[in-house]
Amino acid sequence: MTATVVTGMGVVAPTGLGPREHWERTMRGESAIGPVTAFDAERYSSRLAGEITAFVPADHLPARLLPQTDHMTRLALAAAAWAIKDAAVDPAELPEFGMGVVTASSAGGFEFGHRELDKLWRKGPEHVSAYQSFAWFYAVNSGQISIRHGMRGPSGVLVTEQAGGLDAVAQARRRVRDGTAAMVCGSVDGSPCPWGWVAQLAGGRISTADDPARAYLPFDVDAGGHVPGDGGALFVLEDEEGARERGVTSWHGEIAGYAATFDPPPGSGRPSSLRRAIELALADAETEADAIGVVFADGAGLAELDRVEAEALRAVFGPYGVPVTVPKTMTGRLSAGGAALDLATALLALRHGRIPPTVNVSRPVPEYELDLVTQPRRKPLSAVLVVARGQGGFNAAMVVTRRHSTSGTR
Amino acid sequence: MSELTLTELTTILQECAGEDETSALRGGDVLDTDFKDLGYDSLAMLETAARIQITYGVVLADDVVVEASTPRQLMRLVNQSIVEGP
Repeated sequence: MTATVVTGMGVVAPTGLGPREHWERTMRGESAIGPVTAFDAERYSSRLAGEITAFVPADHLPARLLPQTDHMTRLALAAAAWAIKDAAVDPAELPEFGMGVVTASSAGGFEFGHRELDKLWRKGPEHVSAYQSFAWFYAVNSGQISIRHGMRGPSGVLVTEQAGGLDAVAQARRRVRDGTAAMVCGSVDGSPCPWGWVAQLAGGRISTADDPARAYLPFDVDAGGHVPGDGGALFVLEDEEGARERGVTSWHGEIAGYAATFDPPPGSGRPSSLRRAIELALADAETEADAIGVVFADGAGLAELDRVEAEALRAVFGPYGVPVTVPKTMTGRLSAGGAALDLATALLALRHGRIPPTVNVSRPVPEYELDLVTQPRRKPLSAVLVVARGQGGFNAAMVVTRRHSTSGTR
Repeated sequence: MSELTLTELTTILQECAGEDETSALRGGDVLDTDFKDLGYDSLAMLETAARIQITYGVVLADDVVVEASTPRQLMRLVNQSIVEGP
């Protein structure tokens, strides 16, 4: 089996549009968390978010697509176009079913749905947009991306909350291994509207702090929930040989290993299966734990979840056995988009040999015994582990490695 | 209620379903151009029909709306309904 490599990347994050802006701001440790501006959040118990404020849809999308797209779909369409451009792949030059798209979503187009529900309630059913029929739907990003770029290959959507960003990339890797020439994959997510907000609040994991520097503190003694945000990243995956055949000579990295596990139900007394997901991902990558240069942790920001993740990392890597970072302390948790953005940041870390910081965490829980990276750190990296946990029991772990265009099959 | 004119239909189409920069709607004789060739699919037509119904106080069945494939046919359908009343 040849390697599955990442030949294209598109980033839409609170920390920046495009990998460069996102990376530079992330390495400066500059948080994008602030008061909610998308709607009036004053009356809610949580009032902070990691928002994308610099994105002007009409600058990136044809006017025809604007009346029928949710906020996160517009972001996804921009990210997909950038990833495809970055990969310099033309779907029209591939076989008819040679390119597909798999995204992950946690709620669908909530903001669009909120607006239409509001019309239904205030004005009546005849005022509800016909586009509501699909604009709210979980699979809408995959659908819009495939239509816009004429990609008719294997496509779908995965709904595993935060873990989705990795699960979608893994699903795309399966399709590449099955012989699909290229896959767009990843996730852009977020529902910055009152309806989306109350749904998040009902989950019970959202910080009620008003100080952006104190609201999301994973692995800290003061961990008190997280801040939601919107955005994510999309990628183009290809088989290494296929990419080489069409003249590609460099890529962002290889999707070397992946595994997903499901936690036992709450109250069962059985331990989380997160450790097993990490070990299986390492085995899938044929990589030993000591080859991993840094772990991009899930970083739930709640004591019980942080403890489980710290225990899993300590069990696999040993106490203080590997640098651990949570750059999403600068963006908040982007639902399914969060893990995809972590994957993008991990690939950038591989390229630059630098580890982005976990910001605002000043008092890590000593018992966790984590080497938490709180200042940017230089370190040559050959393999990085990304961990993502989705509310509802989803665990995913992915190993990305540097892979130069010199080696052949393995 | 006044009749639906091509100018008004064009405006409603643009507001409901967007418009490409190269759209034939901008000038040119589109009265008998198929909506599909103008870039509007069946969902765009349903959205447009919903707005027309609210604005002009007419009732149009969905299956009748999607049968009207050109601006002339849609305008005839709407204006007939306006004359006949609900």
